[in-house]
Amino acid sequence: MLGFIARRLLATIPVLLIVAVLVFLMLRLAPGDPAAILAGDAASTEQIARIRTNLGLDRPIVVQFGIWVGNMLSGDLGESFYYKMKVAKLIGQRLEPTLALATLTILFAVVVSVPLGVVAAWRFGGWFDRVLMGFSVLGFSVPVFVLAYILIYIVSLKLGLLPVQGYQRIADGFWPFFRHLILPSVTLSVIYIALIARVTRASVLEALGEDYIRTARAKGLPEFRVLVRHGLANAAVPIVTVIGIGIALLIGGVVVTESVYAIPGLGRLTVDAVLARDFPTIQGVILFFSFVYVLLNLLIDLSYVFLDPRIRY
Amino acid sequence: MRKLIALLAFTANLVTPGVAQAQDSKVLRIVPHSNLAILDPIWTTAYMSRNHGYMIYDTLFGTDENNVVKPQMVDTWTVSPDKKVWNFKLRSGLAFHDGKAVTGEDVVASLNRWGKRDAMGVALMGFIEKLEASGADSFRMTLKEPCGFVLEALGKPSSNVPFIMQKRIAETDAFKQIEEHIGSGPYIFVREEFKPGDKAVYVRNGKYVPRKEAPSGSTGGKQVFVERVEWNLALRDAQAQVNALANGEIDILEQPSFPLIPGLKANPDIVVYSYSPVLLQFMARFNHLNKPFDNPKVRQAVLASFSQEPFLQAQVGVKDLYRTCASMFTCGTPYASAAGSDIQSKSNMKKAQELLKASGYDGTAIVIMKPTDLTTIDKLPEVAAQLMRQAGFKVDLQAMDWQTLVGRRAKKDPIDKGGWHMFLTAWQGPDIWNPIVNPTLDTRGEASGWFGWGKDDKIPELKALFMRETDDGKRKQLAEAIQTRAFEVATHAPLGEFDAPLAARKNITGHFRGTGNFYWNVKKN
Repeated sequence: MLGFIARRLLATIPVLLIVAVLVFLMLRLAPGDPAAILAGDAASTEQIARIRTNLGLDRPIVVQFGIWVGNMLSGDLGESFYYKMKVAKLIGQRLEPTLALATLTILFAVVVSVPLGVVAAWRFGGWFDRVLMGFSVLGFSVPVFVLAYILIYIVSLKLGLLPVQGYQRIADGFWPFFRHLILPSVTLSVIYIALIARVTRASVLEALGEDYIRTARAKGLPEFRVLVRHGLANAAVPIVTVIGIGIALLIGGVVVTESVYAIPGLGRLTVDAVLARDFPTIQGVILFFSFVYVLLNLLIDLSYVFLDPRIRY
Repeated sequence: MRKLIALLAFTANLVTPGVAQAQDSKVLRIVPHSNLAILDPIWTTAYMSRNHGYMIYDTLFGTDENNVVKPQMVDTWTVSPDKKVWNFKLRSGLAFHDGKAVTGEDVVASLNRWGKRDAMGVALMGFIEKLEASGADSFRMTLKEPCGFVLEALGKPSSNVPFIMQKRIAETDAFKQIEEHIGSGPYIFVREEFKPGDKAVYVRNGKYVPRKEAPSGSTGGKQVFVERVEWNLALRDAQAQVNALANGEIDILEQPSFPLIPGLKANPDIVVYSYSPVLLQFMARFNHLNKPFDNPKVRQAVLASFSQEPFLQAQVGVKDLYRTCASMFTCGTPYASAAGSDIQSKSNMKKAQELLKASGYDGTAIVIMKPTDLTTIDKLPEVAAQLMRQAGFKVDLQAMDWQTLVGRRAKKDPIDKGGWHMFLTAWQGPDIWNPIVNPTLDTRGEASGWFGWGKDDKIPELKALFMRETDDGKRKQLAEAIQTRAFEVATHAPLGEFDAPLAARKNITGHFRGTGNFYWNVKKN
C-alpha cells in the first residue's frame, strides 16, 4: 500500500511538468500583451515597451521558461504582473472562499442526492423514480447562472431572506459565513445532486438485483437495513468515484457561481488573471488545480480499499 | 421557515458584533467601475488607479466643474512679468498620513516623476529650466520661455494626475511601481485590508484640513462625513451589481450597464446621478501605417460615412444619455468647436462613396478589431462595418476580447502579420479636451505616442504654438486650427458623446459633479 502511494505521488511530478510546459507555451502563443494592459489606455508604445522589458517579456521564451521552472523548483510560483504580489499569497487569499463553497456544495449535494438515489432505486419505475429522473434531466440542463438569477430574485429580492452577493470569512462568525454561502452552494449543487442521484440509483439498482440481497430479505432483515447495509454499501465504489470527481470539478468549476455571487475565490482570480494576461498567476493557479486534481484521484483510489475489501494495491 | 431564518439572523447579529459594525451608517460601500490592481497612479493611466489616487493623495491645483483651474494644496502663487518664473506657496497644515509635513521638496520630486510619464507633464518639463524647493512650504518653477498651460497641467484632473507624494517615495524610478502608499489626501489607504479582486478599504484622514471653498470638481473643501469607504472589487456581474444595490447591500454603483439604467430609475429607493459635467466620447481610430489608411482620402471617405447617430443609438440606446458632438475636443469644454467638421457632420453616404472612388481604394479588406467583452463599446464596430460596407469598403470584422485588442493595437505590423486597420474606443472627457492631452493629435508618425501613428507635420507645429501661447482667445483659435487640420488629414473619427451615470441609494447625499469619482462630501443618512 505504501509503495502504491509513493509510486502515485512520484507520478504527479511528470504530470505537473507536462501541465507546466503546456500552460507556459499556450499562454505565450495566445494573443494579448500584459504590458499593454498594465500601462493603461493612454500609455504610449514606448512606455509599453519599457514595461515589457521590466517584466522580462522581451527575453527569449526558452529563457523565460528556464527562469520560471527554476523559481518553481525552489518553491516560488513567481509574482503576479497585475497585482505585484506573490502568486502563492494570492492563491492563499482566495483559497478559503473556494474551499468553503466547494465543501458546502458537495456536502449539500451528497446529503440530498444519495438518499434520493437509493429511494428511486428502491421504488424503481414508480412515480418517485420518474420525478427524480425528470428532475435530474432538468438539473443537468439549466445553466448555473440562470438558476442563480432565479434564486436571487425569489429568495433575496422578493423574500429578503438571504444576501444577494458577497462572502464573509468564517473568522467573522459562522452565521454570516454560512448565510452568504447558502444560495451559491444550493445553486451549484443542483447539477451534482442530479449527477450523484442518477449514479446512486443505477448502482443501488444493480446491487439490489444481486443474490445476497435476496438472501438478506429471506433472512427477514428490515428493508431499510437491506437497502443501506447491503444495497448502498455494495454500490459505494462508483458513487464515491463520482463524488470525488465532483469535488475536483467543483474546485476548478466555480467560476460562474463566484462571478454571479461576487465571491472572491480562485475561480474569480483565474478569470481576472486570464483577462489581464497575468501569466505567473494563470500558471500558478492551473498548477495548483492540477495538483489538487491528482491528489483527489489518489484519495479516491485509496478509498476503494476501505469500501471494497477485494481491492488490493 | 422565513421566521426561523429571521430568528437565526437576529441571534447571529447579537453574537457577531462584526456584522453590526459592518452595517454602520458610517461605512460607505461602493462598487467601482472596474477592478483595482495597480496602486501607483503615475505608473499607469488606468482610471481605477487615478480614482484610488484621489482618495489618498492631494493635488496642487484642481479643475472645477466649469473647467476652471483653482488652487488646492497651493495657497498663493506669483508669476514674474516675463512669465518665466513661477513661485508657489503651499497652504499651512498640509501633512502626510504618517504625520510629516508636506514640503516643497516633496512637490518637486512628485512633479519630476509625473513629468516622465504623463503626456502633459512631459510637455511641461520641456519648458522647465529649473524646478526647485524655494523653502519648506514653497517651490519655484523657472521656465526657458513662457508657456500657456502651467496651471492647466498642474490642475490636470485625469490620468495621469500630478498627485503629490513624499519625496522618498516619489524618487522611485518612474517606470517602477511605488511600494508605499502614503498621501496627504482626505482618506488613508488600509494596506492590510487590501485584497486585489476582493476589496480596497480607506478610512477617514482625521488630520486632513479641507479648503474653505465649496467642493467643485477636483477643487474646494474635501470634507469627509464617513469613517470608512469600502470598494467592492468582487462584484463585477452587471445584474448582480444592480441586485445588490436594490437590496441595500451596497450604497453606490459607479457604472451601471446601459440596459439596466431604466430599471434603476424606476426604483424609488435608488437615485441615478449624472456625476460628470463633461461626457465621454466615442471614437474610431485608424492605423495610418497600413494601406489603404496611409491614404488620407480613404480615411476621409470613412469620416464621411460615419454619421454619429447610428453609433449612439446602437451602443447607448437611452436617448437622454447621449448627444452628437462635432468636436474632437470634448463638447462643453473651452476648446470645443465645430471647426473643420463638415467632412463628417455635413456629409452623407453618397459623398462617402464619391470620396472612396476618388481615393483609388483597391478593395483591400479593412480589419476592424471588435471587442466582445466590453459592453460600453462592443456594438460600435458592427455599426462601423455596416456603414463602411455601404460606402463601398470591404470589411473584415474580427472579434476578440478587449485585452487581446489592447495587445494587438500596439503592433505596427502589416495586416498579414497580425496588424490592424481600425479599432473603436471611448475616452473620458478630460483626456481629450485640449490639443496637448488628446493622444490622437500626436502626429509624429511612428514616433507618435499613441496607437495609429498618424503622420502630419502641420499639427505638431500648431501644437507648439498652442503650448507657447498665453492668451486664451488665441489659444482657442489655435485649437480650432489644429482640429480643422485633424479633420483634413482624418486622424480619427469622433462618434458622439455619452453619459455614464452613477446609481446610489436614496440615503446617500452630497454627491457633486466632477471629472472623476470623488468620495468626499458624501453623506450616508
